[in-house]
Amino acid sequence: MQFDRMSVRADPTATQSAQEKAVMSVRSEVLSQFEQVAKEQNKKLAPLADDLVLLESGLDSLCVAIIVTRLEDTLGVDPFSTADDAEFPATLGDFIRFYENAAK
Amino acid sequence: MRQSNEGTLLAALSAAGNPSDRALWGAEASITLGDLVRGSSLGDRLEELRGRSVLIATDDQLTAALALIELDGVARRLVLSPPDLPVEDIPFVVAAAGVEALVSDRAAVPDAGMSRVGTFVRCSPRIAPRAAARSGSHQTEWVLLTSGTTGAPKMVVHTLSTLADALRRGGTLAPSQVWSTFYDIRRYGGLQILLRALLGGGSLVLSSAREPTGDFLIRAGGHGVTHISGTPSHWRRALMSPSAHRISPEYVRLSGEIADQAILDHLRAFYPAARITHAFASTEAGVAFAVGDGLAGFPASLVGQRDAAVELRVEGGTLRIRSARTALRYLGNPAERLADAEGFVDTGDMVELHGGRYHFVGRRGGIINVGGLKVHPEEVEAVINRHPKVRMSRVRARHNSLLGALVVADVVLTTGADAANGRVAGLEQEILQHCRDALPPHKVPAAITIVRALDVAATGKLVRHDA
Repeated sequence: MQFDRMSVRADPTATQSAQEKAVMSVRSEVLSQFEQVAKEQNKKLAPLADDLVLLESGLDSLCVAIIVTRLEDTLGVDPFSTADDAEFPATLGDFIRFYENAAK
Repeated sequence: MRQSNEGTLLAALSAAGNPSDRALWGAEASITLGDLVRGSSLGDRLEELRGRSVLIATDDQLTAALALIELDGVARRLVLSPPDLPVEDIPFVVAAAGVEALVSDRAAVPDAGMSRVGTFVRCSPRIAPRAAARSGSHQTEWVLLTSGTTGAPKMVVHTLSTLADALRRGGTLAPSQVWSTFYDIRRYGGLQILLRALLGGGSLVLSSAREPTGDFLIRAGGHGVTHISGTPSHWRRALMSPSAHRISPEYVRLSGEIADQAILDHLRAFYPAARITHAFASTEAGVAFAVGDGLAGFPASLVGQRDAAVELRVEGGTLRIRSARTALRYLGNPAERLADAEGFVDTGDMVELHGGRYHFVGRRGGIINVGGLKVHPEEVEAVINRHPKVRMSRVRARHNSLLGALVVADVVLTTGADAANGRVAGLEQEILQHCRDALPPHKVPAAITIVRALDVAATGKLVRHDA
């Protein structure tokens, strides 16, 4: 499945709850940071899909670390810093849910 | 001077367990230790290296390991080139270590800076039978490189005895152990694991910089890895791999960076059968301690013990260490002392006492540890300051939960280029690009903040807030 960020932005229907909107914004913020950091670091980013394995996204550890720092600034959370039983995210979909859960 | 094989790495590994049952598995090639005992990776040229200062500069970790095993006790000095030794540092290393011979797995001398070295010997994972019996004759110096303040590497002199001291107290031999490490074995943390496997009677799965993390985990799992080490950053990356469950280790070791409670808890949850241990070591001071209680930091009771194998002190806020594992000296700069008059090495790692435990809080001098790689702020500042629109800059650490820290910079622009011109965002990118052209990726700031001014102390030095 390919994400279409434009459609996410173009389709905020009036029936969406505030929580749905918040969840959407986490998703679009994460996707936007992946693209931005890949561009800055000159990395070829794999097509962004929920089942994309993070270690196969084309981004190295440093890129992911930069994304985590930027998301801490924009979303105000860093789920990697909290010690709970949640497993580390392996796919992009896991990563987005990791942030959505932390932002709740 | 030694007259026999006794005391050499090859003899010690043979005594630790049947070499024919044990292996070194690389990403591209593998050998059984038995073949190495009977043969050679150096063709028939071992004797040319006897008594000489030898630089081991291989592409592959396996060939570096083979050269170390064969040359301990034969060469006078072994200089281990790390995989990322900058080309411009090679002449310094060759001169400071008096390098007379080069061992590499490449077909030709790898770099022009090494071409003046008289002897070039090729090392190969294809082990050839050896005709003559071999014998050790030298107490070989092992020289490890670590990053220095000025850009030139520090060259730290060890012996097999200082390097293996932490293992000697480790107890019984365990031939069934299969070790592995995310580290490169040419760094202190990785070399410890190589020696643990060789001298403990086990086998070793080597990592490779060219191999994706998931593939490495699958390969290590395939060889039945039981003991595995890496930095907290290595482990965070491993836990993000869908292949993390392909290993089921008995023992997980973390070192090289601060192990925070989150990574210790995540590892315990993911590998419930494993003993999770975090260790502190430095290239100069050697292994200081390993903590196995699952808590971040280390018990205050470790500090100030007299007559312990490793003595720890906290002075001026930093951890100091004295033991038989301490390196002998630096090469290259005779004025630079590795230890104080009493033999204590100042690690530069700052600690704070909370609730009966010491916790690491950063490095003195603002040195930044990005995923186990040291960054000296001055080096990055010098690059930023070369940009024509920059008046001054201060580089500092920003905490990062995946790599421990990232480099960030505060920059003061020249008057003409001040923020008022409205192009600040473009200028930040311009300065970052300038850094990317001059520095390896981990030293490039993750963010630049344009500021009006930076604090300068009465001494005229930039004010740095450590940690």
